[in-house]
Amino acid sequence: MRFVDSFLEGVRPIDEIIKYAKIEGEVAEIDARDLKHKELNDLMRECVLRGARKLILRNVCGQRYIGTRLFFNPGVNVEIIIYGTPGNDLGAFLSGHRIIVYGNAQDGVGNTMDSGEIIVHGRAGDVVAMAMRGGKIFIRDSVGYRTAIHMKEYKERIPLLVIGGTAQDFLGEYMAGGRVVLLGLNLKNGKHKSHYIGTGMHGGIIYLRGKVEDYQLGKEVGVVDMEQEDWKFLENIVEEFCGHFGNEIKVDKDEILGGKFMKLIPVTKRPYGKIYAY
Amino acid sequence: MKSHLLPDFIVERIEDRCNKCGVCVKQCPWGVYSWNDDKTDILIDYTKCVGCQRCVIYCPNNALIVKPYYGSYRPNSYWTKEVILDIKKQAEQGGVLLVGTGSDRPYKVYFDHILLNASQVTNPSIDPLREPMELRTFLGRKPDQLEIEIKDDDIEIKTELYPNLVVETPILFAGMSYGAISKNAFLALAMAAKEFGTMFCTGEGGLPKDMREEYGPVAIVQCASGRFGVDPEYLNCAAAIEIKIGQGAKPGIGGHLPGEKVTAEISATRMIPEGTDALSPAPHHDIYSIEDLSMLIYALKEATNYEKPVFVKIAAVHNVAAIASGIVRAGADVIVIDGFRGGTGASPKVMRDHVGIPIEMAIAAVDQRLREEGIRHKCSIIASGGIRCSADVVKAIALGADAVYIGTAALIALGCTMCQKCYTGKCAWGICTQDPNLAKRLNPKEGAKRLVNLLRAWSLEIKDMLGGMGINAIESLRGNREHLRGIGLEEWELRVLGIKGAGE
Repeated sequence: MRFVDSFLEGVRPIDEIIKYAKIEGEVAEIDARDLKHKELNDLMRECVLRGARKLILRNVCGQRYIGTRLFFNPGVNVEIIIYGTPGNDLGAFLSGHRIIVYGNAQDGVGNTMDSGEIIVHGRAGDVVAMAMRGGKIFIRDSVGYRTAIHMKEYKERIPLLVIGGTAQDFLGEYMAGGRVVLLGLNLKNGKHKSHYIGTGMHGGIIYLRGKVEDYQLGKEVGVVDMEQEDWKFLENIVEEFCGHFGNEIKVDKDEILGGKFMKLIPVTKRPYGKIYAY
Repeated sequence: MKSHLLPDFIVERIEDRCNKCGVCVKQCPWGVYSWNDDKTDILIDYTKCVGCQRCVIYCPNNALIVKPYYGSYRPNSYWTKEVILDIKKQAEQGGVLLVGTGSDRPYKVYFDHILLNASQVTNPSIDPLREPMELRTFLGRKPDQLEIEIKDDDIEIKTELYPNLVVETPILFAGMSYGAISKNAFLALAMAAKEFGTMFCTGEGGLPKDMREEYGPVAIVQCASGRFGVDPEYLNCAAAIEIKIGQGAKPGIGGHLPGEKVTAEISATRMIPEGTDALSPAPHHDIYSIEDLSMLIYALKEATNYEKPVFVKIAAVHNVAAIASGIVRAGADVIVIDGFRGGTGASPKVMRDHVGIPIEMAIAAVDQRLREEGIRHKCSIIASGGIRCSADVVKAIALGADAVYIGTAALIALGCTMCQKCYTGKCAWGICTQDPNLAKRLNPKEGAKRLVNLLRAWSLEIKDMLGGMGINAIESLRGNREHLRGIGLEEWELRVLGIKGAGE
């Protein structure tokens, strides 16, 4: 059996691929059409090392880990504009950068993301915001399965995920912190179809606009009344959401806030404290 | 409900030696000893004793003896005392039985059925005291071939090499998280690793920020399913990154660090709120296949600019060889295989005692499989789970490992007496606890000294065994099964281990 390393095989050195980048001052434009995963990330890193702070990527088609390689100590913050479809693990372990995608994203957006911002003008695949620990993600449309699994928070570091549409099953499973806002803007009858919402949840808050039945919720999560501060929080978030996507979705802030919201929180911080014999 | 459980231990006091100094009252965290009302006598409630021997060691008058409680039920080799007591405990508490440390079941110990070779007449043995003996080990992917250029007297390697770890002895400290063990125990492991020239694995509880600069270069940082404390700086400060898929003591299940152990400092390291349960899901929810594993391996390589080897740790299970092959193909630089004797701070007893396979079998099977597929050089193998002595290290390497992890042995060096109560958080030896009064019993400097002594002792012994075989580098021992013979093993066992029987 031949050993194939599909990820590294045929990766060209920087000298050979630098021609795909045009660097002018702080702005670099990269044509990703012919670049492999690692080549694109090599090139992005090279551009930043050469002084670029805004990267415009065109013809992106499935390249993985965009933004992941840009960890520098001390940190620099880069804006990454993506045209096309970035591949899996967009912004995995992201540290402080801002990524804007004009198109759809695939699986693993913001995987174990540390800080920064990801804005997707389209939909995203499975495991969005898995183990996210800081920063913000805005998705204009819907997301796939297993969203915000084990998102966590610490003191003032509270990650935020806002989804314009709906999510598939296992939303917020094992969630340990952070805020997830599901706006349900594309629901036909106002009902979310996701099951097992918040199974094993032991921290954080999920806000849902639209309806879910009790049987769709995990048994570790409870529905509580919205309070003044929740509305204040949502007002800010929805305003930010409309700032990003208002022109595209044709719905205004008041219309969104006029909908019916549910607030889900864990029943206990210790869901599995009582299953052991000592 | 009246408890029907028998005591585990009994405490005997030699009355004419005891001068009622009260050290035992202070030392015992289990509540065995207490003063009577007018403080003239010390009362003993031996039903609370776990047999940790702390009081015995610290009694200044050597007045105490702690021994297993000998009272028992009618002898029965099927319904043993342990079986009966487990049933009673579950009938009273209605929960999953929790235990600490690796399995204590009397399964066959293959290490004890393997004998080593030595040179006699036909090839000379080597005296490690007088001749060079190489224990230095390189961990990571090796190239398919090495291109060199000879310029005058200089040899230059042209091939681009993969990042490798260098350790001065093939023994590393296994992943034990800060949270499961105390900061002092964690620090002792880091200090010892640094001093001796080996590495320690952080486990999944993160690496405290104040340790990153000094001990990052000798740390293998773990990225487990809970992703606790995983930030880009954590990944980049380390020598290597380990994706933890499974653990020998509890293959296939996650972990629950109870909220009461999540103190302020632990919450800062794990980056979760104080007092919250730290739940590690059973699988990584972004890994449901080898392809997904590959995605995380490369995500970590991307996050660290391809400068660090990525380890993948799995429990030794039935199809370990095929799984290992997939892991190498997914891009891992090192595979850690944790046998069913692997230790733990807390595991359901049923998982610890009934799931997995012996490390000896797993190593042999994986090494064999990777050689057959021509990809053995693409990764290093670390054997973990129940390595008790230098002979176990040598046997594991001869069966096909590059190096070993030690966890339990390291903790025993620090003071652990294998009382198996790690999950209570009351460790009398200051190891498996977050209680500041207990944790301070372990002085990290003294602990590090004990660990360094252990590494030195085992390394000397390994050199002796190698020299006896006529080998002068640990690398020449790897997978060298000609130096092993089985004793008391069946045909199939010899076949799986890939060794001959004694006398063959």
